[in-house]
Amino acid sequence: MNDFWLTFAQLTVNGIAVGAIYALVALGIVLIYKATEVLNFAHGDLLVVSAFSAWGLITVWGLPFWLALMITVLGVALFAFALDALVIRRIAGQPQFAGVMLTIALAFMIRGAVSMLFGPESRNYPTPWSQQSTQLAGLSIANLQLVILGVSMMVTLVLFCFFRFTRLGVAMQAASQNQLAAYLNGVRVKRVNSMVWALGGVTAAFAGVLLAPITLVDISLWFVTLKALSALVLGGFGSIPGAIVGGLLIGLIEQYAGVYMPDGTKDIVAYLVLIAVLIVRPHGLLGEAHGRRV
Amino acid sequence: MRFDYHTQYREGFALWRSPFDRNLYALLLLGLCVLPWFMTPFMLGEMAYVFILCVASLGLMSLTGLTGQVSLGHAAFIAIGAYGHAWFLSKGLPLPVSMLMAALLSAAAGLLVGIPAIRVSGLYLAMVTLAFAIIVEQIIGHWSSVTGGFTGLAVNDPVLIGQSLSGPKAFYYFCLITLVLVLVALLNILRSGMGRALIGVRESEAASYALGIPVERMKAGAFALSAGITGLAGSMLAHHLKYLTPDGFTLLLSLELVLMVVIGGLGSLRGAVLGAVLISSLPTAISRIKPFLPESVAKQFGLETFIFGLVLALFVLFEPMGLNGRWLKIRSFLESFPIYRKDTFKRNKRYMKSERYR
Amino acid sequence: MKTYNASPPLLTVDKLSLTFGGVQAIADLSLEVRPGEVLAVIGPNGAGKTSLLNAVTRVFDPSGGQIHFKGQDLTQMQRHQIATLGIARTFQNIELFEAATVLDNLLLGRHRFFQGHWWQQVLRTPALTRLEEEAHAEVEKIIDFLDLTPWRHAPIAGLPYGVRKVVELGRALCAQPELLFLDEPASGLNPEETRELAFWIDDIRSELGVTVVMVEHDMSLVSAVADRVICMAQGRVLAQGSPPEVQSHPAVIAAYLGA
Repeated sequence: MNDFWLTFAQLTVNGIAVGAIYALVALGIVLIYKATEVLNFAHGDLLVVSAFSAWGLITVWGLPFWLALMITVLGVALFAFALDALVIRRIAGQPQFAGVMLTIALAFMIRGAVSMLFGPESRNYPTPWSQQSTQLAGLSIANLQLVILGVSMMVTLVLFCFFRFTRLGVAMQAASQNQLAAYLNGVRVKRVNSMVWALGGVTAAFAGVLLAPITLVDISLWFVTLKALSALVLGGFGSIPGAIVGGLLIGLIEQYAGVYMPDGTKDIVAYLVLIAVLIVRPHGLLGEAHGRRV
Repeated sequence: MRFDYHTQYREGFALWRSPFDRNLYALLLLGLCVLPWFMTPFMLGEMAYVFILCVASLGLMSLTGLTGQVSLGHAAFIAIGAYGHAWFLSKGLPLPVSMLMAALLSAAAGLLVGIPAIRVSGLYLAMVTLAFAIIVEQIIGHWSSVTGGFTGLAVNDPVLIGQSLSGPKAFYYFCLITLVLVLVALLNILRSGMGRALIGVRESEAASYALGIPVERMKAGAFALSAGITGLAGSMLAHHLKYLTPDGFTLLLSLELVLMVVIGGLGSLRGAVLGAVLISSLPTAISRIKPFLPESVAKQFGLETFIFGLVLALFVLFEPMGLNGRWLKIRSFLESFPIYRKDTFKRNKRYMKSERYR
Repeated sequence: MKTYNASPPLLTVDKLSLTFGGVQAIADLSLEVRPGEVLAVIGPNGAGKTSLLNAVTRVFDPSGGQIHFKGQDLTQMQRHQIATLGIARTFQNIELFEAATVLDNLLLGRHRFFQGHWWQQVLRTPALTRLEEEAHAEVEKIIDFLDLTPWRHAPIAGLPYGVRKVVELGRALCAQPELLFLDEPASGLNPEETRELAFWIDDIRSELGVTVVMVEHDMSLVSAVADRVICMAQGRVLAQGSPPEVQSHPAVIAAYLGA
């Protein structure tokens, strides 16, 4: 009996740690969606860019971890800002489908470019917390996972307050619902949208730099996008707390499925959850239901 | 300038707009029929592959282009069609029956996705189809008893009334004939009540309900139709590949199909065919220009991915109506020749309006 | 002023109520529509006029009450079955099929009639071609009736607002309804177009024999064309009667028309 609870607790801890990453990625995606109604399929590739940049800064240029982190975050934020200002902005006014297509195209381009520049081998880089873990009541947690958890929570809190309590946050929501009206109310829509992309880039950078040491610096990092989408749907599309809750839940569900359910379920359980949620309760746990007035 | 001098209603809804169009398409068909005598077996195989992708592209177009429902996971239906066909063939069913059964199996799977998909739309549907494709890929990999798992499944040669179709010429004609049949069937559907209803469902559900269109049944039916056609393409692909493994049906294939449909131009069958031709010839074109690129760029495998992305981005940004749009623009230029106005297709500035409340 | 016989009412709404969340859009509403009349429903915004339309055409499920059309209970019908009974409607915000041409929109109006079996459509049998020709012929009558000939092959996307309104009216007429609901047909039309609309509504009633119920704010149109007027406010009936009667009713003036 004790064994069962011990395993369960360990799984829970692992689940929360993995879920925190999903939550952070989902957060970035939902930010951009809330502001510009564009679902950023290229978000995972922003993670890839962050991971490779951090690798370059740490191993090739020999910078300390913190400095590399800061530079990467800044760099990716600028990159995301430029992406919106130069590319995504041009399809304003077109149906949502065009945005999805454009971000998919950008995802391909970023992935292809990174592939060409860095080659196919997986790499790694050291962090201040690599190979260290803490023991807590018989459970072991890698220090890196604790850091990820902490960073996720901090970023979430900051963003939640931002959207709720600042004028800029409210302006972002206005711009997402009716751009023309937002313009007429003095909201500098283009700049606001690009800033949101930059914020999304910041979360992606944090997630990428912190995740890469666990899963290796590799193109396949972009798969996290799909899990993050499941997290978003579960938590409720368009809801920031929902992204967090969804991410943590998906992380937990995956860990439990790996042990308590038949072989191979762990890989697909996130997607099964996505489909199930969209059938049973499309607006997720914390999302808002929408309808059209005729 | 072109004017219609129709004296009967049926001239208005004929397949071609003018005798010139009819002759042009007849010439094209003749050319395609005569081609095998001038091409190497390798090229014939490539052309057959292009035809198969055209059918798959038509399948996706009839869902995304006509009914407005996004699907990012159509490779799943190709896979179901391919594996189903291989399985039915191994049980001894004749070729046409096996293909039909594979298409029906795929259509049933499409219904399975389509019925829950009724309740969701747009982005959510894209994600459901994406998730579905990933799940199907995993199931194929793990269900070794039927699909051979990750080691793969061999496909029997196609045999029609005693004649083997596995030779390059025979297979080429087989694919061409199937493509033409599918195309004509879809064109007929588009011209009649069902096609109009599908477009109505895409444009305005509220109005469709008010006119007596059973919107939900239409959406599910569109899924089934689209999946069936794509499954048919899958059954042909099985013969082209000759050996099926799960990594022939990945997410990348789904996105390739979406590229074909978007670059070709949403909502037109001509666009589906043009898009399929462009996308399937892109890898060959890339390998042709590789010798001319600097060494460091050419040797990486990311080049193809990058160029796919670039082509899609360029089309979305500068030619949202796709290849079909470009065709229509050129045609309208030629038709209104001396008095063509330069800004006929100029896009006006538009502002984003939230689609959450559609 | 037209007189009509005492035949049974075409549509009866009996103690209908409709709530959205906490808002009571329609409260205990009862009215009847007599065959061959033009009934105007007026009232301030938020009175529940469009909600009434939506409840009858099954866009929403009423929370109480009954709706009977020619003896059939509408509340038990599904949304897409309403058109088959002979009820058609237009929308407040024009819901045309933007990517299609005017002709395609009108042909879609005929969807409730038999369009051919699926296999006939795929194979394009001669029987289907004949069906299509008949459909085209019927649609041409409406095009003629509403003077849409110059716009026949024009895609909706480029049409002026007034023409779009007429196309939507035509699409509803193509379903050959017995009862036609018009949701603010004159909104956004200039005075000349409104006068044309008045003539058309009259013709619809007299030539085509269609009963018309229109939700309207334009009192000149109402006075010109309506046989009976019902004024709604806050989900209830405020006054009923002929246009002069209702326009001079004190409660109506207080709630809606102003002094």
